[in-house]
Amino acid sequence: MDRVFDTKIQELKYQVLREVIKRAYDGDLTTAVYEIPRVIVPGPKSDMRCCIYKERAVLEERVKLAMGGDKNNPNVIETLPIACDECPIDRYFVTPACRGCINHKCMEVCPAGAISIQNMHAVIDPEKCKHCGLCAKACPYRAIIELTRPCVTSCKIGAIKIDDDGKAVIDNSKCVMCGACAYSCPFGAIADKSYVLQLVDILKESEKTGRKVYALIAPAIVSQFKYAKIEQIVEGIKELGFHNVIETALGADITLYKDTQEFKQKGRLTTSCCPSFVMYIEKHFPKLVQYISDAPSPMIEAARLIKRTSPDSKVVFIGPCSSKKYEFRLEKTGGAVDCVISFEELQAFLDARGIDVSSLPEHPLNNASKWGRLFAKSGGICEGVKNLAAKEEFEVCPLFLSGLEQIKIAMLRMNAGKLPENFIEGMACEGGCLNGALTLHHGDKNVRDVDRYSMEAKETEITGSLDLYKMTGGEEADKEL
Amino acid sequence: MEIKVCIGSACHLKGSYEVIEKLKNLLAADGIDHTKVLKGSFCLGNCGDHVTMSVDGEIIDVLPETVEQVYNEKIKGRV
Repeated sequence: MDRVFDTKIQELKYQVLREVIKRAYDGDLTTAVYEIPRVIVPGPKSDMRCCIYKERAVLEERVKLAMGGDKNNPNVIETLPIACDECPIDRYFVTPACRGCINHKCMEVCPAGAISIQNMHAVIDPEKCKHCGLCAKACPYRAIIELTRPCVTSCKIGAIKIDDDGKAVIDNSKCVMCGACAYSCPFGAIADKSYVLQLVDILKESEKTGRKVYALIAPAIVSQFKYAKIEQIVEGIKELGFHNVIETALGADITLYKDTQEFKQKGRLTTSCCPSFVMYIEKHFPKLVQYISDAPSPMIEAARLIKRTSPDSKVVFIGPCSSKKYEFRLEKTGGAVDCVISFEELQAFLDARGIDVSSLPEHPLNNASKWGRLFAKSGGICEGVKNLAAKEEFEVCPLFLSGLEQIKIAMLRMNAGKLPENFIEGMACEGGCLNGALTLHHGDKNVRDVDRYSMEAKETEITGSLDLYKMTGGEEADKEL
Repeated sequence: MEIKVCIGSACHLKGSYEVIEKLKNLLAADGIDHTKVLKGSFCLGNCGDHVTMSVDGEIIDVLPETVEQVYNEKIKGRV
C-alpha cells in the first residue's frame, strides 16, 4: 500500500522506525545500528547523498534516535551533525542573472557599502553585508536572491545557532521543542527522539500480564490517515494490543472547564494545553508565568481520568506533537502518561506488526464533546470559552495565537502591559495541533476535517465529560495533588 | 456493591450517560449515595447494541429504556 508522506525525510524516518520496532519484537536490537542502514540503503548506488557510506552513516544516527537518542540531552529534538549539509549563511547572493548594468541600483541602495561592481558583475562583501535585503528589492532583473537556512527560518524564536563548522546547533535555553526545524530541514538533520521501544516493552508486558494499556489519541488524527477511516485506525490500534482507544478531547472538555473557572478568578489567563507555548513563556517571559493556567493539558487530564477508572493500567498518548514527548516526563504530571508516540510512529508500528488498517472493521470513537475536539485547531479553545461565557454570563475577551511568530509578538505586548485581550490561547504550530510537526500530512484542508469531526460528536456540551470527571472522583483526586 | 457502567465509545453512543443519570436517580430514590457504588469503566469487553454494565463483576446488557428493570432485578435490595 502506498503511504502518503509529506516529505521523503518523513518516509526515511518511518522506514527506520518500522525496522527498529520489528527488531524490538524479535528481540534483535544489538546489531540494529549497523544492520538497519544496510537494509534501507542496500547499494551499490546512492540516491540521496554523495555515496552510500555517508547515507548509511546518517541512517545509523537515525536508528539511534529511533531507539531513544541521547539520554543526557533533555531536549526531545536533536540535531544529527553528520546529516547537516552546512547550508550557506551568506544570506544575499548575486546570481548569474546579474547583467552588470549601468545604473547598478543595488550598489546605490546598499546602506552598508557592501556592494561593488567587479568585471561587470555585482559582488557582495559578506563582511560588510547587514542582510537588509534592499539590494534584492532594488535589482530590476531580480538577480539578487535571499538564501536562508530552512532550520533558522523555521525557528521563530531564534533557538538555532550555527557553529564554527557551519552546523546547526539547538540552544536548549531558548528551544521550546515545537519541532518546526525538524519538519523544515530538507536534509533531515534535525529530528525528534522516539519512545517506540518503551511502547514495545509496555505492549509486550501487557501480553504477559494482561495489564490494560489505553491509547489516548489526539483529535488532530482525523486529518491524518487519508487511506482509512478513523474507526479503522481505532481498530488497528486495538489490534496492536491496546485495551481501548480514548479521545484526548475528553480531557480537553475538562481542561476547558478548568481554564474557564480559573479565568473567572484571575481575570487574565494564558492556556496550558500546548507545552511549547507554556515553555515559551517560562523561558522567555518569566514575568508572565503567573498567568499560565493551572489546568493540566487535555492529555494529562484524560490520562488521569482513565487511571481513576482503571488504576493499574498504562496510558499511551498518540499525537502530532514533539513537545508532548517532553511534557509527559515532567514531574508535575505525576506519571499520568506512560509513553508518547507520534502519528508517524503509529504508522510505523502498524506496518511493523503487519496491520493493514484499510482492511479492518470499524470501531466507533465517540466520547468527547464537539468543543474538546476543536482543541486540534487554532482558535478552538477560544470558541469553547466563548460558548461557556455566553451560557454562564461572564465577560471574556479572547485572543488566539497561531504559531510562535504571533505568540512572540503578543507576549511582548502582554509583557509591556499592552495586550487588551485577557484570555490568550497559544499554539506553537501554525494552525494548531492539526499542523503539528509530527503529523504525517500537513495541509490547508486539514482544518475542514477537524471541523467536521467536531460536528460529528454526540455530545454538544461539555457537561457529560464533566460528569465523568466528577463521577470518577476527579475533584477529590485533584485536591490530593 | 460495585456497579460499573461502560463509558467507552461504543457504549457512549448507545447512551451510557443516560444510563448513568437514570441509575443515579434510582439509587437516590432508595436513599443510596451513588458516589459509593457507581463507577465508570472504559470498555468492559462486551461491545454490542447496548450499554454494558457490570454488577459485582456480572456483565449485563442494558439500554436507557431497560435501566429500571435491570435495577429492580439486579441491584435493588442488594446494595
